[in-house]
Amino acid sequence: MSEVKEKEQSTTHKIGIYLWIWGLLFVLSFFSYMVDWYQFQGMLRWSLILVFMFAKAGLIMAFFMHLYWERYALVNVLLWPMTAIACFIFLMVAEFEYTVFTRLFYFVVGGQ
Amino acid sequence: MSDHKIEGYEFKPGFKGMAHDTGSDQTMFKGVHWGKAMMWIFLLSDTFIFSCFLISYMKGRGSTLVDWPNTSEVFGLHVFGVEVPLLLIALMTFVLITSSGTMALAVKYGYEKNRKMCGWLILATAIGGLIFVGMQAYEWSKLIHEGVRPWENPFGAPQFGSFFFMITGFHGTHVSIGVIFLFIYAYKTFAGHYDEGKKGWFTTMKGDYVEIEILGLYWHFVDLVWVFIFAFFYLW
Repeated sequence: MSEVKEKEQSTTHKIGIYLWIWGLLFVLSFFSYMVDWYQFQGMLRWSLILVFMFAKAGLIMAFFMHLYWERYALVNVLLWPMTAIACFIFLMVAEFEYTVFTRLFYFVVGGQ
Repeated sequence: MSDHKIEGYEFKPGFKGMAHDTGSDQTMFKGVHWGKAMMWIFLLSDTFIFSCFLISYMKGRGSTLVDWPNTSEVFGLHVFGVEVPLLLIALMTFVLITSSGTMALAVKYGYEKNRKMCGWLILATAIGGLIFVGMQAYEWSKLIHEGVRPWENPFGAPQFGSFFFMITGFHGTHVSIGVIFLFIYAYKTFAGHYDEGKKGWFTTMKGDYVEIEILGLYWHFVDLVWVFIFAFFYLW
């Protein structure tokens, strides 16, 4: 029984960590809004958006959803399928580039 | 928290624990509440649904030759005679993050069996979610009045409307369902169902504060999805 109690205690954490993460999420959201406010363009804009996005997503998953403290079996079950999504993104990037190419080609040359 | 059927099971941390978990007899994730494991599996499948939406949006936006509408203007608000870009979306983001923070604290107080604090924080989360849905309803009606339809819009590429309504609509549905459950759970918390171990309506499972954590997982996931929608749909 004492073992069970110990386990239950390990699922609560000090309030400070939650408040810190909460504050960080606010700051990061503010920064990502600033990206639009100052109208950054091109690679700078896209990289900043991605950096803030992944930072926010990582903080939410790691601390609010407790994945940082979670057992590896669960973490691995959740994160490995994401590679399939990454593959799908690469496939669809190739697909839309091909679509744009064919559209441009036939708009210029003209199809039969 | 612990599964009584496997009393005496010793959890080992790190990769060793993972090997024990995946290679173990009868059940994986020993000691994890089945509802929590199932919620994670559900969230994983939901991740795939939202990924498919966002990827199809990427494909549609990437392959059109017409200019994409300038989201910073489309979602701007006219406040006190000044045009503020993307204001509504920024407010929605802050409201959702606020409610995510209160939910995280509710889970924490739930595990400390602090009934009152847990209940109030869940209620605060529910109200935050309600405000979010309200702002989204305003955003939809504003855009519909401006002539945005799934097949056309006055700002640019016609695909914009269909992706907008599909993606934010699906996310808004998730938020709405979450709000309903948050109100139910706030009631159950205040009524002490998790202290007494009272059974739920459709289940023989005894009430426990782990249910707050399961609800929290769902709510944080809704916030997580919004992070990606905010980045890819509104900012990109």
